[in-house]
Amino acid sequence: MKIRTLLAAAASSVALSTGAWAQTEIQWWHAFTGRLGELLAEQIETFNASQSDYVVIGNHKGNYSETLNAGIAAFRAGEQPHILMVFEVGTATMMAAEGAIKPVYEVMAEGGAPFDPDGYLGPVKGYYTTTDGEMLSLPYNSSTPVLWVNRDAFTEAGLDPDMDLSTWQQVGEALDALKDAGNPCPLTTAWQSWIHLENFSTWHNQPFATLENGYAGLGTELTFNGPAQVQHIAQMGEWAKEGKFIYNGRRNESGANFRAGECALFTESSAGYAGIKAEADFDFEIRPLPYWDGVDGAPQNTIIGGSSLWVLAGHEPEEYEGVAEFLSFLSTSDIQAKWHQDTGYLPITLAAAEQTRAEGFYEANPGTDIAIQQMTGAEPTSNSRGLRLGSFDQIRGIIDEELEAVWAGDKDAQAALDNAVQRGNQLLRRFEQANQ
Amino acid sequence: MEKRVIFKGWLLPLLLLMPQVIITAVFFFYPAGQAIWQSLFIPDPFGLKSQFVGLGNFEFLLGDPYYRASFVTTAIFSGLVTIFSMGIALYLALLADRLIKGAGTYRTLLIWPYAVAPAVAGVLWLFMFNTRVGVVSWYLGLLGYDWNHVLNQTEAMGLVVAASSWGRISYNFLFFLAGLQAIPRSVIEAAAIDGARFWTRFRTIVWPLLSPTTFFLLVVNVVYAFFETFGVIHTITGGGPQQATTILVYKVYSDGFVGQDLGSSAAQSVILLLVVGLLTVIQFKFIERRVHY
Repeated sequence: MKIRTLLAAAASSVALSTGAWAQTEIQWWHAFTGRLGELLAEQIETFNASQSDYVVIGNHKGNYSETLNAGIAAFRAGEQPHILMVFEVGTATMMAAEGAIKPVYEVMAEGGAPFDPDGYLGPVKGYYTTTDGEMLSLPYNSSTPVLWVNRDAFTEAGLDPDMDLSTWQQVGEALDALKDAGNPCPLTTAWQSWIHLENFSTWHNQPFATLENGYAGLGTELTFNGPAQVQHIAQMGEWAKEGKFIYNGRRNESGANFRAGECALFTESSAGYAGIKAEADFDFEIRPLPYWDGVDGAPQNTIIGGSSLWVLAGHEPEEYEGVAEFLSFLSTSDIQAKWHQDTGYLPITLAAAEQTRAEGFYEANPGTDIAIQQMTGAEPTSNSRGLRLGSFDQIRGIIDEELEAVWAGDKDAQAALDNAVQRGNQLLRRFEQANQ
Repeated sequence: MEKRVIFKGWLLPLLLLMPQVIITAVFFFYPAGQAIWQSLFIPDPFGLKSQFVGLGNFEFLLGDPYYRASFVTTAIFSGLVTIFSMGIALYLALLADRLIKGAGTYRTLLIWPYAVAPAVAGVLWLFMFNTRVGVVSWYLGLLGYDWNHVLNQTEAMGLVVAASSWGRISYNFLFFLAGLQAIPRSVIEAAAIDGARFWTRFRTIVWPLLSPTTFFLLVVNVVYAFFETFGVIHTITGGGPQQATTILVYKVYSDGFVGQDLGSSAAQSVILLLVVGLLTVIQFKFIERRVHY
């Protein structure tokens, strides 16, 4: 009896697996957990249910750095997935790995899936496109930094919550008033390098690095120790000393403090929306990232953070057809509009932005379109298209360290940024050498 | 005097040695050899191309002031972890050794923290000392002390040392207690009858007789502080602020796995291998001489 059951089970599992064998498997390694992970899984399920030729299998491989490492290690072992999620700072690493990737425009052309590069949001696409206009990876989740305002904290401090906060000068006045009124945390930030140096530079049309921020070649050198950046960091250091800017960590540690209502102002990704909306029991508002009045060219445009999907080399043609199908599915307006509205990430296509507007989402949730306006407000210049720097994850670590020295009062802004530039350039030279 | 058992022939002894030799070869010699080979190249992350640079990676490292500073950080860190975890463990073991009532409970409770993995211990301490929501930092705030290990280098170092030592105290405690209990009561009692006070007895009898245990723990703890504290540092400080807690092994990780600079990372492993080898030789050559077995 028992043996017979076992045999039956074995037979049926063989039948099942041969049944599934007819479908081509597409492996997708990603870095999402929690709510984002659920939404991602939902996209996969929708795709798998929508057709019967391919099965996409999602695999969580840790945080962004860990996912990239897992992909690299798998490639070395010849067991790479078809699609790998890579955060924006890993872009230069992936671009330089010519034999390891299969550019998205090529996958799309061969797969014959509908693909219109012009339909994607310029500033989002620009980060992942060659100077010849060829899209190398498909933008997945993209956000840009904005200013989050706790309106209740402003009212408590006797400030008008509708006051203009477009410039850092105006923010400075608000910080003085907040501090005087006894607010324990007038301003805090997440992702200091991304917001206060990288986006600061593009927003003020200042070069972050030579050779068009690295777009034009591997010989790029960092230049973020210019007068505008130094002045901003020096001012932030001043505010830190006076207790007006509170630093809690390199990532988004400060999010907890803002959501708890402790902090009045918070510079953070537009993708903080889901969390803040869910937790904040105070009146909050999204404002554009402030700029310094008087800096020539400001405000220009901000740039994205987030990740894109890279297709890895070394798979069968029919599998790439499935990949093309899936990527084109991800770009459809319905999927993108839902993603945009659920998460606060930018839609990657113009059509999805239009659809969201038509559905009345922006009217019901004021401020959620600020991120798009900020990125599309001005035609990007060679200073503001994006950043393409090797070893960038580590360069960010160096910038974090030097900025911490400024917040702690150990170094002045000029010395810290000079040092960060010099240390970062060393890494860029090694990256150049490794990829010659 | 050494004891020797002589085997006839060489096949059986070879066979008996084989499992250990194979394990060492597969898990140590092979990867170590690979690291040495890789340290001579600057490869791209995907292994598509690599350039032979000879000792270029080592030159780059030794010319980097942050790498040299990492040696000092490692020395301070492992010194402090070893001293604290062994000192406190010895003190507790001495107390536990004299206990008569409730000794079992006391010992069991002391051993518990050893079961906590370093990464978990790190998160635990991080929660207590979190600058904004931590219980301890909140009480420190009431006392007028503004705790901020995110910016303050000394506080960051203190925190990772405390978190790394904490779990280790249990391990050391076990060995010290066993060592203390192995000392014949009669010797100590004889000394007591001769009028020797506790401190004299400890200095002249217990400490020398305990020295094999102490020596063993010294070696094990230094190796622990060098390698196994990675989890604590990764969770609490990530090597910061300003590299104040970037010990050598953490730098191997951050250069290799965050920076994708595998050449530099391999060269660092080779240097680390040499350092630990050297430390062990020093310990066995010089410190062991003073150990009474």
